[in-house]
Amino acid sequence: MSSAPIVAKQASFQLRSTVDLAVARRGVRDWAQNLGLSVLDLTRIVTAASELGRNVVVHGGGGVMHLEVVRAGDRQGLRVIFKDHGPGIPEIARAMQDGYTSGGGMGLGLPGAKRLVNEFDLSSTPSEGTCVTIVRWKS
Amino acid sequence: MSVTGERIPILRLGKCLLVTIQVDMHDQLAMTLQADLASAIASQESSGLLIDISALEIVDSFIGRMIANTAAMCRVLDAETVVVGMQPAVAITLVELGLTLHGIHTALNVERGMAVLEHAAAAGV
Repeated sequence: MSSAPIVAKQASFQLRSTVDLAVARRGVRDWAQNLGLSVLDLTRIVTAASELGRNVVVHGGGGVMHLEVVRAGDRQGLRVIFKDHGPGIPEIARAMQDGYTSGGGMGLGLPGAKRLVNEFDLSSTPSEGTCVTIVRWKS
Repeated sequence: MSVTGERIPILRLGKCLLVTIQVDMHDQLAMTLQADLASAIASQESSGLLIDISALEIVDSFIGRMIANTAAMCRVLDAETVVVGMQPAVAITLVELGLTLHGIHTALNVERGMAVLEHAAAAGV
């Protein structure tokens, strides 16, 4: 595989409320459309971003979303990074299982979002926070 | 973006109610709609609810759960719910996400959705 992708364009969105989440979701949608993702891939990454952004607001105590257009060789894609300084995820393996929830939701967020993107990376440190990075490449 | 006082209109079609979701709903608006629909079903003695989501570009697990909860609420209030107009990309994404909307009636458009509700009303006693 090639080396780390080049960031061609970048913007950041605050995620402190579910109204912020709607604004961030709109940002992902607009960038996906400008990049020329197919309707299906656009729907997938916006849905994944909505799941992960809601985690930041609801479980992470708020945070930030970085939106990037990335290039690797002749490929272009959309990368979205979610960061919070919340309690972290103590058991990542369990959190990645379908149906596992810390309460309230249906437990689809993390594993569901992973299925909707090409790349998914999660790192979390208890009491420091969580960072999730997703990429959807233009096909 | 205004938050307070925002409402999605609920239209009456005979014994049924029709709600067309045309905006990217933030969570509070979705919760308000859910409560409004339960009140309207009860006060107007409706036997069916059509939720038109043809203008919705995404349905995430939150909105999916809101739709499922609304249908469950309506069932308790003796009304059937039909979700109509789901875009193909939304349907594919929902299934990949793992949300199957089990037990919810769907139809391709409002006309077919009305037919489902009329059929259900005729079959009921």
